[in-house]
Amino acid sequence: MKFRDEFRDPDAARRYAEAIGRAARRPWTLMEVCGGQTHAIVRFGIDQLLPENVSLVHGPGCPVCVTPVEYIDKAIEIAGRQDVVFCSFGDMLRVPGSEGSLLAARAGGADLRIVQSPLDALRIAKEEPGREVVFFAVGFETTAPANALAIHRAKTEGIGNFSALVSHVLVPPAMRAILSAPGNRIQAFLAAGHVCAIMGSEVYEPLARQFRVPIVVTGFEPLDILQGILMCVSQLEAGEARVENQYTRVVRSAGNLSAQDLIREVFQVVPRKWRGIGEIAESGFGLREAYLGFDAERRFGPVGRGAERPGPCISGLVLQGAKKPFECPAFGKACTPEHPLGVTMVSGEGACAAYYRYRNEAAGKSAAE
Amino acid sequence: MNDKPVFAPSCPLPATVEGRVELAHGGGGRAMARLIESLILPAFDNPALRRRHDGAAIDTGGPCAFSTDSYVVRPLFFPGGDIGSLAVNGTVNDLAMCGARPLWLSAGFILEEGLPLADLARVVASMAQAAASTGVAIVTGDLKVVERGKADGMYINTSGVGRLMPGADLHPRAVQPGDAIILSGDIGRHGIAVMAARESLGFESLPESDCAPMADAALALLEAGIRVRCLRDPTRGGVASALVEIAEASGRSLAIDERAVPVLPEISAACELLGFDPLHVANEGRFLAFVAAADAERAVEVLRAHEVSKDAVRIGSVGPGRDGRVTMRTAIGGNRIVDMLSGEQLPRIC
Repeated sequence: MKFRDEFRDPDAARRYAEAIGRAARRPWTLMEVCGGQTHAIVRFGIDQLLPENVSLVHGPGCPVCVTPVEYIDKAIEIAGRQDVVFCSFGDMLRVPGSEGSLLAARAGGADLRIVQSPLDALRIAKEEPGREVVFFAVGFETTAPANALAIHRAKTEGIGNFSALVSHVLVPPAMRAILSAPGNRIQAFLAAGHVCAIMGSEVYEPLARQFRVPIVVTGFEPLDILQGILMCVSQLEAGEARVENQYTRVVRSAGNLSAQDLIREVFQVVPRKWRGIGEIAESGFGLREAYLGFDAERRFGPVGRGAERPGPCISGLVLQGAKKPFECPAFGKACTPEHPLGVTMVSGEGACAAYYRYRNEAAGKSAAE
Repeated sequence: MNDKPVFAPSCPLPATVEGRVELAHGGGGRAMARLIESLILPAFDNPALRRRHDGAAIDTGGPCAFSTDSYVVRPLFFPGGDIGSLAVNGTVNDLAMCGARPLWLSAGFILEEGLPLADLARVVASMAQAAASTGVAIVTGDLKVVERGKADGMYINTSGVGRLMPGADLHPRAVQPGDAIILSGDIGRHGIAVMAARESLGFESLPESDCAPMADAALALLEAGIRVRCLRDPTRGGVASALVEIAEASGRSLAIDERAVPVLPEISAACELLGFDPLHVANEGRFLAFVAAADAERAVEVLRAHEVSKDAVRIGSVGPGRDGRVTMRTAIGGNRIVDMLSGEQLPRIC
């Protein structure tokens, strides 16, 4: 782990922060797309090191946050069936549906198992052939290859008691939606390194050209993020709008071609609804015709219409970078991680949860030295 | 994973135990008597227990600390320990954190019908060994059996009594501005070891649980005349919860340095992968000591002389503020709040 500590060196961090201070002569607003980056920024206090004229806005890249409420409802419904083993990544469990959550369903007797990989769910399906094993296939491009692999294997190995409830989303269409929104104030993006490791950095070229925004593919360690910010600011000051790659130790411009082949084999691009944002054209993956036999919606009925409870929560605006968590009247009062009103307070990668956990009120700077 | 039971050579138990726990074993009749006589009494053997009475008569000879804890862990056996060693060490450590020398324990078992008797024997042997290693006697106990499916194999409650060290008056409100915060070793091992065993995470090499008795190390501080204000073992909820509890109870502001908190590289990597903060992960063989600033270096020296706390290190100080918060200087020089974990720790998506 020496490797990781190198990216957390305080002297190097200070030097990057000073370089950003020297480079930024005008005020700039940048968005980090991925929730993992938001988490690192707030956890390490990276924003505290930046000059006042460079501000970071947190993006929609939290897969837990954007999964539509009707899919949570459907997951809870399927998990509640006697004949079903429902498998999910751990952080989906707390997400509130119209009523209740998967965690509450488990407390009510559902056989719900946390898995680290969809292949674990496939293994369970083989081990328990008498039961229906359903995997909650959510996430961005990062989780798509493994999910595609599990579904592909289920088909080739004829594992008939396995199916997937699919709500996959894609990053570039969401960035396009944010840039197209009236009143957009994002001038540059830190693109999500892990997503680009799969899909490559080339896919962002049209966005950079059309909207004249610098897009820097960035990693997740503090020095990655600081370097990504410096690259964005340098482009902005120079009047450039290119796709650059900060995360060269992981990301190739074409991405991971065999992973992309696997994704294309199993999934096709479809319109998707994003929780808190709404429907975005061509913004997700759905199963191709040949794999519909493994579609949990085929097996257990289509998702219905979810209903968000009305209230003071502004998580949709937080997800789009239009508001900061502190600007919500419910933040830290009616809405806490124990009693979340919105998804951004639920997930560890949601901006509200990160602010609540690491900042509380504005106490970040009051550390007793 | 469930090997044949391993007993110390001096242990009078038969080498193999066959069969499973039945409801009759908790019924108060012959079956229960036989189980206790053959499997439990020989392992815990001591004069108080030999009297076979409803309770134990003990002579405390002075002020005591009294503590209780119930143990539920899945799987029952994990790398570095089992529910038995956990149940003894946990209560021993709670007494030590009060500044008391642990002397007597009770053991209450709730067994699930169908539990292999060999597993029970293994846990009992492990309890006996843990008790012997720290000089406590298990002097009274209880056993119940619940139907299959009503418990995760077994639950254990232990309560303990320990004699307070002379002058020991340890509690959060004794914490004073300027006090040093000392951590007895690297953090996060127990929580990650148990989670890896439970969820079959398939990590290749992980350190074992740190489950261990800490009474000797903790009480050595008092014996050495260190001005100890408060001791706390950061079990469930980890170091973060322990610090926040002390900050809130004392009303003091605590400040720690992320770079000073020892975390093994493998634990750190596992936490990164799962999206956990090592500060929130459980420990069963570590403690925090709040001591007068002038005694800090000597306290670290005293602790390092004990195997269980050989990596003791100062991680921060009690600040002048009275806001009851814990703040941390981050690895890159930022500041952040340290808060308790909210809800259950759940592995993340990506």
